[in-house]
Amino acid sequence: MSLTGKTLNEEEFFYGHKACAGCGGSLAVRIALKVLGERAVAVLPAGCMSAVAFNFPQLCFGNNAMISTFAGTASMLTGVEAGLRAQGINDFQAVGFAGDGGTADIGIQALSGAIDRNDNILYICYDNEAYMNTGIQKSSLTPFGAKTTTTPAGENIRGNLRPKKNMFEITAAHGIAYAATASIGFLNDFMNKVEKASKIKGTKYIHVIAPCPTGWGTATDETIDFAKEIVDCGLWYLAEYENDEFILNYKPTEFTDVETYLRKQSRFAQLTDEDIQVVRESRDKKWERIQKNYKVK
Amino acid sequence: MKPYLRDKVPTTLSEIPDHTAYEAGYLVTKNAGWRNIRPVINLEKCVGCLQCYLYCPDGVISKEENKVRLDYDFCKGCGICKKMCHFDAIQMEVEK
Ligand SMILES: Cc1ncc(C[n+]2csc(CCOP(=O)(O)OP(=O)(O)O)c2C)c(N)n1
Ligand code: SF4
Ligand code: SF4
Ligand code: SF4
Ligand SMILES: [Mg+2]
Repeated sequence: MSLTGKTLNEEEFFYGHKACAGCGGSLAVRIALKVLGERAVAVLPAGCMSAVAFNFPQLCFGNNAMISTFAGTASMLTGVEAGLRAQGINDFQAVGFAGDGGTADIGIQALSGAIDRNDNILYICYDNEAYMNTGIQKSSLTPFGAKTTTTPAGENIRGNLRPKKNMFEITAAHGIAYAATASIGFLNDFMNKVEKASKIKGTKYIHVIAPCPTGWGTATDETIDFAKEIVDCGLWYLAEYENDEFILNYKPTEFTDVETYLRKQSRFAQLTDEDIQVVRESRDKKWERIQKNYKVK
Repeated sequence: MKPYLRDKVPTTLSEIPDHTAYEAGYLVTKNAGWRNIRPVINLEKCVGCLQCYLYCPDGVISKEENKVRLDYDFCKGCGICKKMCHFDAIQMEVEK
């Protein structure tokens, strides 16, 4: 039976945290833990989700949880899994929650190593598209055109010049046991992917888009709307990789306009019509490749 | 286990652990003071669809008797629950 609000575990495991009002990342962590339950052992590197949860004596995880080095989410997960197994404990799920910077930049080597060893861990990247905890710096998952403190908008350059790295396909290229993309705007899809991943042996990677009102320059009550719209306008997509195959879970019948999506966020306020055309074209190119290489469900 | 408010705030040196592990779910402060506006649920209109419960980033809405209740100690007033309610059962009111 697929998970819904009605069937989901009623217990809360991530509570009383100090994330900004309307934080998408905290919703991703909360929901994933409700799916995994109290036998989840969580590892969080430096980043917003550890910063808002561990402020002694305010400790906001109800399950076992700990902070890793910024680069070491996946290696600590490996250690947690091996250590518990060595003690004869088997009814647990080692799960990591790392940001986009912690995943696609500084933590990519540890993650790649864990996938290579096929360690039995679940790695969840909550992607808010910048280094938010240190005040909005560009990561390799910051999209083209976004203004951050390290990609400011000026006369000659209007925000980030580089496209968003494709972490989902990078993990898939390792031949990982299971990888998926998700969005907190589609929680039923996300919950069921977390549950599915928890039942697969080997390394699992889930990349969930989690808007950040503080870094994106959006209202606190719009977080879910943006997490939906990014999928509806085709700048993000819901997909899975398993058994050497890419599967697209959801295809909008017609894309909404990327311009509408971009213009509502202050991080994109400086973009010209030409910049927006660049975003549109790269989206269309990406979808051409998806149509060619992904099985459409 | 759901983290909950404790009476005891560790303050003296002997109460603070000399290692990095401590009891899970140990809360000593509320988040209510962050709010400028507060969601108010009209239980007459609520049909118990649970969308507000599911999408609240702070997990402060829980199921109760086929409807929902809200923990104002930890609600930050983000307004997401109101947006998720398609039955007009949640209104945001200014905090006094
Ligand atoms: C080795 C190391 N370098 C830098 C930092 C400082 N630092 C802490 S959190 C953070 C940003 C994390 O960004 P991301 O992984 O995207 O998570 P977010 O804060 O956006 O949730 C940085 C740079 C650190 N803690 N350790
Ligand atoms: S800065 Fe963004 S990601 Fe960090 S706690 Fe605030 S809303 Fe969440
Ligand atoms: S206002 Fe935000 S924090 Fe408060 S109950 Fe609604 S969704 Fe949850
Ligand atoms: S979203 Fe509205 S109708 Fe549904 S449970 Fe919440 S208050 Fe009730
Ligand atoms: Mg980030």
